[in-house]
Amino acid sequence: MHQRNSALRRHLGWAPLCALLTATLAACTDPAYTQNTLNPRGDFARMVDHVFLTTVWWAALAFVLVEGALLYAVFRFKGRPDDPEPKQIHGNTTVEIIWTIIPALILAMIAVPTVRAIFKTYEVPVGPDVTEIEVIGHQWWWEFRYPKAGVVTAGEMHVPMGQPVALRMTTQDVLHSFWVPQFAGKRDVFPNRNNVLWFRAEVTGNFSGQCAEFCGIEHGRMGYRLVSESPADFDKYIKGLQATAPPGSATMRMVSSAAPATPVQVSTSGATVPQQKARGDTAAASVQAAPAAPAAPSDPLVAQGEKLFTMKGCIGCHSLDATKPTGIGPNLANVGSRTYIAAGMLPNTDENLARWISNAQAVKPGVLMPNLMLKPDEAKALVAYLRTHK
Amino acid sequence: MADTAHAAHVGAHLETHSETSTGLDSRKLAIWTFIGSECLFFASLIGTYLVYRGRSLVGPFPHEEWVSPAGVHFEPILEIKLVTVGTALLLFSSLFVVLALNGAQRGRRGQLLTWLGMTILCGMFFIGMQVYEFTHFVHKGLTIKTNLFGASFFTLTGFHGTHVTIGVIWLITVFILALRRKLPPEKALNLEIAALYWHFVDVVWVVIFPVVYLMK
Amino acid sequence: MATTVTGDLRTQAAHAHAEPTGLWSWITTVDHKRIGILYGASAFMFFLIGGLEALLLRIQLGRPDNTFLSPDAYNQLFTMHGTTMIFLAVMPLSAMFFNFFIPLLIGARDVAFPRLNAFSYWVFILGGLFLNASFLFHAAPNAGWFGYANLTSTQYSPGLNIDFWMIGLQILGIASLAAAVNFFVTVLNLRAPGMKLMRMPMFVWMSFITQALLLLAFPVITVALILLMFDRFFGTHFYVPSAGGDPILWQHLFWIFGHPEVYILILPAFGIVSEVLPVFSRKPLFGYAAMVFSGAFIAFLGFGVWSHHMFSTGMGPIADTVFSLSTMLIAIPTGVKIFNWIGTIWGGSIQLKTPMYFALGFIAMFIMGGLSGVMHASPPADLQQTDTYFIVAHFHYVLFGGSIFALTSGAYYWWPKMFGRMLDEKIGKIHFWLMLIGFNLTFFPMHFAGLLGMPRRVYTYSAETGLTWLNQLETVGALVLFLAIAAFLYNILKAWAGPRNAPADPWNGATLEWAIPSPPQPFNFAEIPVVHSRDPLWELKRERGGPLPEPARVSGAGIHMPNPSFWPALTACGVAAMLIGVMLLPKLGPWGIIAGGALLLFGVFNWAFEPA
Repeated sequence: MHQRNSALRRHLGWAPLCALLTATLAACTDPAYTQNTLNPRGDFARMVDHVFLTTVWWAALAFVLVEGALLYAVFRFKGRPDDPEPKQIHGNTTVEIIWTIIPALILAMIAVPTVRAIFKTYEVPVGPDVTEIEVIGHQWWWEFRYPKAGVVTAGEMHVPMGQPVALRMTTQDVLHSFWVPQFAGKRDVFPNRNNVLWFRAEVTGNFSGQCAEFCGIEHGRMGYRLVSESPADFDKYIKGLQATAPPGSATMRMVSSAAPATPVQVSTSGATVPQQKARGDTAAASVQAAPAAPAAPSDPLVAQGEKLFTMKGCIGCHSLDATKPTGIGPNLANVGSRTYIAAGMLPNTDENLARWISNAQAVKPGVLMPNLMLKPDEAKALVAYLRTHK
Repeated sequence: MADTAHAAHVGAHLETHSETSTGLDSRKLAIWTFIGSECLFFASLIGTYLVYRGRSLVGPFPHEEWVSPAGVHFEPILEIKLVTVGTALLLFSSLFVVLALNGAQRGRRGQLLTWLGMTILCGMFFIGMQVYEFTHFVHKGLTIKTNLFGASFFTLTGFHGTHVTIGVIWLITVFILALRRKLPPEKALNLEIAALYWHFVDVVWVVIFPVVYLMK
Repeated sequence: MATTVTGDLRTQAAHAHAEPTGLWSWITTVDHKRIGILYGASAFMFFLIGGLEALLLRIQLGRPDNTFLSPDAYNQLFTMHGTTMIFLAVMPLSAMFFNFFIPLLIGARDVAFPRLNAFSYWVFILGGLFLNASFLFHAAPNAGWFGYANLTSTQYSPGLNIDFWMIGLQILGIASLAAAVNFFVTVLNLRAPGMKLMRMPMFVWMSFITQALLLLAFPVITVALILLMFDRFFGTHFYVPSAGGDPILWQHLFWIFGHPEVYILILPAFGIVSEVLPVFSRKPLFGYAAMVFSGAFIAFLGFGVWSHHMFSTGMGPIADTVFSLSTMLIAIPTGVKIFNWIGTIWGGSIQLKTPMYFALGFIAMFIMGGLSGVMHASPPADLQQTDTYFIVAHFHYVLFGGSIFALTSGAYYWWPKMFGRMLDEKIGKIHFWLMLIGFNLTFFPMHFAGLLGMPRRVYTYSAETGLTWLNQLETVGALVLFLAIAAFLYNILKAWAGPRNAPADPWNGATLEWAIPSPPQPFNFAEIPVVHSRDPLWELKRERGGPLPEPARVSGAGIHMPNPSFWPALTACGVAAMLIGVMLLPKLGPWGIIAGGALLLFGVFNWAFEPA
């Protein structure tokens, strides 16, 4: 009697699992999950999803059959201590051969689409219509460079919907992994070498992604936004970035000065680029350069903010010119119009921006931006100034 | 090192139940097992050396000349002749230790002491050669910090040298035992085990020598 | 020789082998059973520490944007949780069973090198304590259990954290290697008469294969750690990109060790379950030979799949294909094992005792871990899944649902033999159900958390990701698991307080250990048994037509057992001191290393010339 009860309980042990499975499966394509890999929005992610679902169906079949056999055996062959000794069977060659071959066949069914997809993941699109983006990992933010347009930005990657995007990725410091959950997969980024990823966005919108390789104290908050927009909007966005260059300076100069913009073959094996040193040099140059000033500010608050930007040392790490590669910190050329700040963590409201620049350490302990000890009115002025950079 | 719990018991059954034992003394089997494990250790070190071959950003280099940015000229740093002599002696020492073991097993004390002494001398010469080589390299401007060649070279040959040193200390211990007449033929296994280790250390060098010194 | 186990195990009078007591007797013991208990107690302590670390992690993730733990504290805790569970809990819990039961199962009186065995334990415990001592300095390792270069370089991790980690792992590696040599030789050389290789109990087989894996895998991580050590202490550039070093070298070396390590964690579990299932089905193991060869095949393939941990590094399509296919291939022998286990219970007379509950739970959970493993054997799918909670779910199904369930099964199965006391069946079953429910509640939602976008090793997440409810479910599950372990602890304490009344053979066992008293006497077998089949005790009982009479404790006079020795423990201290001396180089100069080395030499020489 007792054993029967425990067997029943064993059976019920599965019930919540099944309920959970059903509920969660239903929720799988829910857009409420902002990094949902089961809700692909790009061709790469869709291809990956197909391969994954193939394995899921075979796995589900195997799961039902094997767990079913196990449960059946437990109920069917439950014995009592005083039962006679069961028939002593040591094995059965035929059966054993069969259950070696069947999994092999199932694996072959999975292997074929897998291998096909493996080769596709390395087929990086090339051509004039391809938007090339250089992705550079930093502790703990992402930098994006558009070599064809000669502009650089951070924390927010814009891509034209429907057009192929090729990412060439590296890191400035430690290993990171650039993950584009709804559009592609992820690739790790290594110093001195380029890794590739590609996709074509199927929809417009604002999406999130984040670093997937542990990279130090703020790994958990190393996010970014992906903005997919119509090609026309994308052009406008790029032109806007180019316009952040101070009047008279050559818009395209980043192409000639920054190492990653030197032609690098986008190939299946990560090509080695001697960019470390060159990047350091340009960073030093940007520190000395004057901040971009679109026009003489008329608002006294903005004027005060501009002064503070230099006085508080912001300028030491952050460039306001999108045509110049950044120094230590993210480029802020269009910070006023970004949807999120602090590596995808905070919506870009005045309040959040003030909180962040006043004491970044309180928001993200360990982040490389120091506590600037800003008074509230100073923060307000700086926010007002940064808002003018769109 | 007589550390078998009941070697006697196992021995008693060896004749009738040899299928439940390898028939090898447990200590000998242990040293073989250990050597198997050590193979992977040196394979990893040699692998690292090979991966970083030719990837040093600055000199001095093993086989090529190098002119530093400051204009200083560096000759290829390896001294193959000296190391070839060391290699030959180390290889001979493998033969010597076999002769010593033969002496130990037959109770020929003179043969044992002579050849074991020769083995130890060869080992010591090899260590001396390596000490000279290392200091020489440092004087010529190659340290473990200089470049990837320095790092992987010193690590690989240094760990081999450490193994040789342990082997020499081990052989000296056995030598002292023999000198004090504590290595009768029935205890020749004490030398045999040390000799197995010594052969292994030699064999590793047979791989390292061409990889580091001869391969360009 | 009418019986399978020769010799009357119950007679022989006169003064028994005195069973020593006191702290000193534990420090100097060379008895494999006492060393096994030391391993078990230490490992269980570390298991509880690692579990508490996990509980703190789950509390932190129970709410979005939680500030219960600082990012640095979180990173230290998840690193220590992984390192502790792998190196200080699961491996030494397996070592407990190796120590206690390999000699008993093969009919030997001890391991081949009893003092080396003690040395292994002392090195292990010193390494474990050293790793955990890092908490006292607020500098616990914080780069994850696989500590990827170049985050571990001095430039990006200047503190003591990584030093503790790499020195601690080096110390533990020495313990594992010494133990592996010992058990490898023990199994090959010390089997009782008649116990051919193909008559060995499956646990011995799987343990034997595990030792081979240890021997071949640990040297590789030793080298990887040496290179890291040189980078950090002596200014080399093995993993420093600015000087041409390549961080990916670490990944290759680490995973050449790391994947076999996974099998080091799971093969002993396979072995335990293969002992428990036949006994509680009253039917021999199905397909013995296939079980042996599939185990060996898994171990062999285990060295050819390491790069499947690195699909996202972009190795190129050829390498991806090769490693993907070799990984899928491993599913075949693993499947064979699962089918053979089901074949074992099929047609049996299943006795649902606690060890059987856990063994069946193991099969059910391990199937799930295996199936999710096949999912990311496919590199394209892995590009989404790697470094997310999907992977966290997968390896917990293998290592918790697999190893821990099996080890718990082994604990309930062999507890009476080890301590002479039965664990309570009722509490055992409560323990099982709490653990099964808690486990699935904690780890099943993680599959979805990962697929829905949660990377691993993040100290928090924002509510807008929609992942809050899954994380809360997991945290509740962790609390249930906490209760499960509490039930186990209560069961242990209850048994401890109770009488020593376990019979020699409480489960109608098939293997030699059940022929001798519970707990066994220091010399194990008054007379070495002679074995004629794979299930020697069943055969004997069948011939006698019923259970064996309770064996009496005998004197064992005249049986030579090795003397206790202090030198293994002292030598272990020398080894630890030498390696810790490396870490103290900036403070003490070479003197720490020299002192440790001197202690080591002193210990080794005294050990070598100690009369056995």
